[in-house]
Amino acid sequence: MSTGLPIIIKLEGVEKTLGGQPVLKGVTLDIPKGKITTIIGPSGEGKSVMLKHIIGLIRPDRGRVIVDGTDLTRINEQELNDLRKKFAMLFQSAALFDSMNVFDNVAFPLREKRMVAEQEICRWVPEMLERVGLGKMGHKFPAELSGGMKKRAGLARALVMGPEIILFDEPTTGLDPLMAHAIHDLILAMHKTFGFTGIMVSHEIPEIFPISDWVAMLKNGKIIAMSPSEEFQQTADPVVREFISVNNGIHLAPV
Amino acid sequence: MMILLQGIGKRALFLMEEMGAMFVFLIRTFGWLFRPPVRIVQIIKQLYVVGFKSSFVVILTALFTGMVLALQGYYSLRKFGSEGLLGSAVAISMIRELGPVLASLMVTARAGSAMTAEIGIMRITEQIDALETMAINSLQYLITPKVVASLISVPLLVAMFDVVGIWGGYLVGVKLLGVSGGSYWSSIESAVEWKDVYGGILKSISFGLIISWVCCYKGYYTRMSAEGLGRATTESVVLAAVLILVWDYFLTSVLM
Repeated sequence: MSTGLPIIIKLEGVEKTLGGQPVLKGVTLDIPKGKITTIIGPSGEGKSVMLKHIIGLIRPDRGRVIVDGTDLTRINEQELNDLRKKFAMLFQSAALFDSMNVFDNVAFPLREKRMVAEQEICRWVPEMLERVGLGKMGHKFPAELSGGMKKRAGLARALVMGPEIILFDEPTTGLDPLMAHAIHDLILAMHKTFGFTGIMVSHEIPEIFPISDWVAMLKNGKIIAMSPSEEFQQTADPVVREFISVNNGIHLAPV
Repeated sequence: MMILLQGIGKRALFLMEEMGAMFVFLIRTFGWLFRPPVRIVQIIKQLYVVGFKSSFVVILTALFTGMVLALQGYYSLRKFGSEGLLGSAVAISMIRELGPVLASLMVTARAGSAMTAEIGIMRITEQIDALETMAINSLQYLITPKVVASLISVPLLVAMFDVVGIWGGYLVGVKLLGVSGGSYWSSIESAVEWKDVYGGILKSISFGLIISWVCCYKGYYTRMSAEGLGRATTESVVLAAVLILVWDYFLTSVLM
């Protein structure tokens, strides 16, 4: 599916079988640069698996994953590590290191990768925490945070290295609707500030439409539709229509 | 009959695969051990967790092992009228065999299971994936400090075990059962050779490797569930303990 925009990530016929079960059956997808692209689809269809292919956590059985002109499937560990410097990922569970407090979690990639002076870190990290709404939470440990706060901290950690591409694996799963809305707003605001390419996997329909530039749907291991967000909501494709209208709550029985 | 054969075959294949995966894991870990950056802070932290925090339980078990050895030894030796050799009997069995094996088993139970659980939880909650996405090799960051710390601290704990155990033997043999203190120590001095000590050190280093290797492997490849984590922890302790005993037999027969 061509978007007519500069492409930063290309998936070509990606196939993956996990535990004897074919999950991806030839995913072909172009991700436009500098936009937020959201991938929707039924649970257990391999959306997260697809996301992990993009950052090389999982290698495909067949097909190619091309990031900025580099084929991820043909490079060694060192080259993959270099390529990953473009990326950040916000995990479903936020994946904060629970042996460290929030401040150290956010500072972690800076300390590991950049040899930044500690004074700089002490300036940057609180600023980043302020931006995501965790101004006074730096000293708390992940176990003391609510689900929403964990996601915020995870987002701060993802943003702190100034990545070109951020992957969001169901950023609002397990949050109440208000908190989910707040996280979506935050992602949008951060996108406006930092201009990264965002790739999001989500169930939150219709919440994701206003924050996404492009929407794609993964079903039966393939991308069956992709279009700009406004067009996607008006689609004539019956399968897509059914999925988004059920999730809109239109099919709920009247009370 | 076919089903039985199939079952055996499947199990054998699975075992082969697992053994292969374990060796690959070990080799990759060693590959990362010698690449910069050296994780000094992590290593010190692990030395504290594996070494220092295991020392109390090691001292406790060593004391009672030494005491019971003296008790048993005394009753056997008395039959031949050679209670004077009690010191050497306690010291040699401590240094050659019981020190390395029992101390390592205690470290397995105390620190090895914790290693598996910690790494396993990090796997389940995607913290290991998070490390990888930050372009940090998880083997180097998580596993190599634990291996280095075990290689250093297990021999030290074993040395401690030996000393406390011999002293526990002294307590029971000399203070309680009335063996002469002079003959207790002099029999140790005349019977224990450098070869015994050297063998014990060699054993303890290899046990340190077995503990960290098995326990880290089981944690690193935990199945993605709470049940998987429980199973991984159990399996790591059992496998490490069995491997320690089997390897101990081989080393003893070679070092004789």
